[in-house]
Amino acid sequence: MAGETLAQLSNNLLYSSMAVYAGAMYCYAAEMAFAPRRQQTRAVPVAERSMATVARTPTAYDAAPRTAVDGGRAPAPPTGTHGTARADRVGRVGVALTVLAFALHLGAVVARGLSAGRAPWGNMFEFSTAGALAVTTVFLVLLARRDPRYPVRYLGLFVVGPVLLTLGLAVTVLYTDSEQLVPALKSVWLVIHVTAAIIASGILTLGFAQTICYLVQDRLERRGDGPAFMARFPSAAALDRAAYRMHAFAFPIWTFAVIAGAIWAENAWGRYWGWDPKETWAFITWVVYACYLHARATAGWRGRKAAYIALLGYGTFLFNYLVVNIFLVGLHSYAGVG
Amino acid sequence: MTDAATERLTSAPQAESEPPGPPSAMRPAELVRWAWRQLTSMRTALALLFLLAMASVPGSLVPQSGIDPVRVAQFKAAHPGLAPWYERLSLFSVFSAPWFAAIYLLLFVSLAGCVLPRSKAHWRAMRAAPPRPPRNLERLPVHVGWRAGRDPASVLDEAARELRSRHYRVVRHEDAVSAEKGYLRETGNLLFHTALIGLLVAVAVGNLYGYKGSVLVVEKAGFSNTLAAYDSFSHGAGFDEDKLAPFTVELDRLRVRYQATGDQRGAPRDFRATLSYQSAPTAATRRYALRVNHPLVLDGTKVFLIGNGYAPIFTVRDSTGEQVFSGPVPFLPQDGNNTSVGVVKVEGATPEQLGFQGFFLPTGTIDARGPISTYPDLLLPTAVLTAFRGDLGTGSGVPQSIYKLDTRAMTQFTGPTGKPLAGALRPGQEMVLPDRQGSIRFDGVRRYATLQVAHDPGKSPALLAAACALLGLMLSLFVKRRRVWVRATAAGGGRSLVEVAALARVEGEDRDGLHDEVTGVVSSLGHEGAGPTTSTIGEED
Repeated sequence: MAGETLAQLSNNLLYSSMAVYAGAMYCYAAEMAFAPRRQQTRAVPVAERSMATVARTPTAYDAAPRTAVDGGRAPAPPTGTHGTARADRVGRVGVALTVLAFALHLGAVVARGLSAGRAPWGNMFEFSTAGALAVTTVFLVLLARRDPRYPVRYLGLFVVGPVLLTLGLAVTVLYTDSEQLVPALKSVWLVIHVTAAIIASGILTLGFAQTICYLVQDRLERRGDGPAFMARFPSAAALDRAAYRMHAFAFPIWTFAVIAGAIWAENAWGRYWGWDPKETWAFITWVVYACYLHARATAGWRGRKAAYIALLGYGTFLFNYLVVNIFLVGLHSYAGVG
Repeated sequence: MTDAATERLTSAPQAESEPPGPPSAMRPAELVRWAWRQLTSMRTALALLFLLAMASVPGSLVPQSGIDPVRVAQFKAAHPGLAPWYERLSLFSVFSAPWFAAIYLLLFVSLAGCVLPRSKAHWRAMRAAPPRPPRNLERLPVHVGWRAGRDPASVLDEAARELRSRHYRVVRHEDAVSAEKGYLRETGNLLFHTALIGLLVAVAVGNLYGYKGSVLVVEKAGFSNTLAAYDSFSHGAGFDEDKLAPFTVELDRLRVRYQATGDQRGAPRDFRATLSYQSAPTAATRRYALRVNHPLVLDGTKVFLIGNGYAPIFTVRDSTGEQVFSGPVPFLPQDGNNTSVGVVKVEGATPEQLGFQGFFLPTGTIDARGPISTYPDLLLPTAVLTAFRGDLGTGSGVPQSIYKLDTRAMTQFTGPTGKPLAGALRPGQEMVLPDRQGSIRFDGVRRYATLQVAHDPGKSPALLAAACALLGLMLSLFVKRRRVWVRATAAGGGRSLVEVAALARVEGEDRDGLHDEVTGVVSSLGHEGAGPTTSTIGEED
């Protein structure tokens, strides 16, 4: 198939995937709307306390019944009301649609790569498309693990929403035709450095979504009240741990992306670090996430404060992706926008 | 938990309580000790990290003289009131500013002050045996107990075997087994932080002994690696001119290719410079196809292709009809379509010196915006020139840009209508100056390449340090430091009361893994009943 035909196919697949993502998003929204009343399920802090009590009573020998570990809140609340069943069903449809959208999205990225005969992340449109694919991939991997302690379907809306937004931005503002690369990007490091950045950004996005959920859930748990759908979310403590796991996993990948970028810069420009705006902001993001990891080990900074640092880290990442690429002058001006 | 064994499973400095403020009256030694404790505390490190991130921000928003001096000059011209203040605050050179250096140096001192005592503590911990079990195992984060149908000794032997196969360091006591693993977590942590210090040193070495120069080379010309050959050159304090690698490079040909169609028309697609080089005056001449991302490596020094442009060839005759200038003149590209500006200075013309300034357009048109190129390659090469006579000012001793004409002591040639004389020349065409003052002919075009030559002896150490940092980081994040205790006491009739309990380095982050681990150990001991309980109290760090 000729390059142009493949590029057209890629665009068609991308638009199709967006339509399916939109369907998935409605399903996740409906799942929340159908959620049962809060009082029936939302009692985790008490449950945690009672578990702790169990652990310390002498009857823990033999007789103690197996208690679910905190964070092992069953994915579906054990109420069995009509609303729950309906919410669960529509949520499953959402997952099925997400898988379909992922397949179309993946096809679009692959076709784009084939049409240009290179790694399909050479400009902002392609980076956004591939980054959004990474977000969906991480989400589906977490779903596929079916770890009862880390349910993730509740995140559906917070994953598919931003993915759809990113793709919308990509096809409207950022779109560029499928072409060859500028000479500066013709390097094996494009695959190594940018792939690492894309994977890290996908994981960080999930971590960001979980951190937001944690902050909301934490507030609601303190107040003991809130919208019904939040009852379907894991406890604040479990969300906090899940978010940490995401960030701890992404941080070394981001570190690697920065190092690989430095190696590439040395090979292309003769210096491995030159405080180009893109480099500077990659460094800032790295430092802020390093702050987050340290804050979690510092008294008085755990919990909400550390979570705010993580949000700030994601903010610096977004700044690097959107503002630096488009508005700041530097050596990394490959956006192909304008 | 007051038991020694369950105390913090880490050699990290204790930062649980607010450090006490300085006593009102302190002797100097106490003050120093207090200040050192403050500096090496986690809070201070955190604050310094934050500061480092914030301090970097202006470096990306304000033009930096080390990166783009032209934009710095433009900024200064546009903001005459602000610029002196920016200058005073080193905002045009953030990353070499004293306050930026103060932040990272304090951070690294704080880091060293943290790493050294931790290394000592970790060294001791690595050689120590896992501690005896605490009296009350039930109070640990994960705990399970049951009655087993065999005697304590066989349970403990089995437990020790199981824990060893799980890579624990195991000590068998009379009535219990102590086990610990994941020492590599702290090793990795220390490696990571030490590697960061190493990285800083490597960067410093590179800055001290390295050099970087750029040189513009027109096709069929060359340069040798000497200070005089460079258009710009920067080096560190420890740089020794005599140690410049003695190579020479000649640019035979530069081939370029641009996107011809589509919405990215004019985007560069390939630059390829054919070089002939000698790595030493006596060495054989070799050829190399220099491309972006494919530097020429000569004896630890690298030659990069970082830019290109056009050098139109002009021939100038003066009033006597004598040829007073002939050769290629590099013009500077101003936009993506290589609309280029430049000047021709003819010092030897009589009766007055001649100067020409204007544009070179690889694909020229003249529209409302003035002369402009519409495509970066040579489809319709055009030179648009205006002419001056008078004093070029080159003899005044003040250094001049070769791309600018100082017209203060010059008069512009005018045409018959009194307007400034201007000519749009195609190759082979000539512009004749009025009053028989001479002529300029546009003979043709050569390309030029901008080459960057760089030598950084800190490069490989920096890469090694970065690799160690990454390795250390992964160890410190993914290795789990855990302690497991198994206690078995005789319960009569060949039966025993068994307890398994565990503690993690960072309980809040490892509780699920710890729970799984204990479940695994317990089932290997033949107990399938109730699983371990996990409490949320007593989170450790």
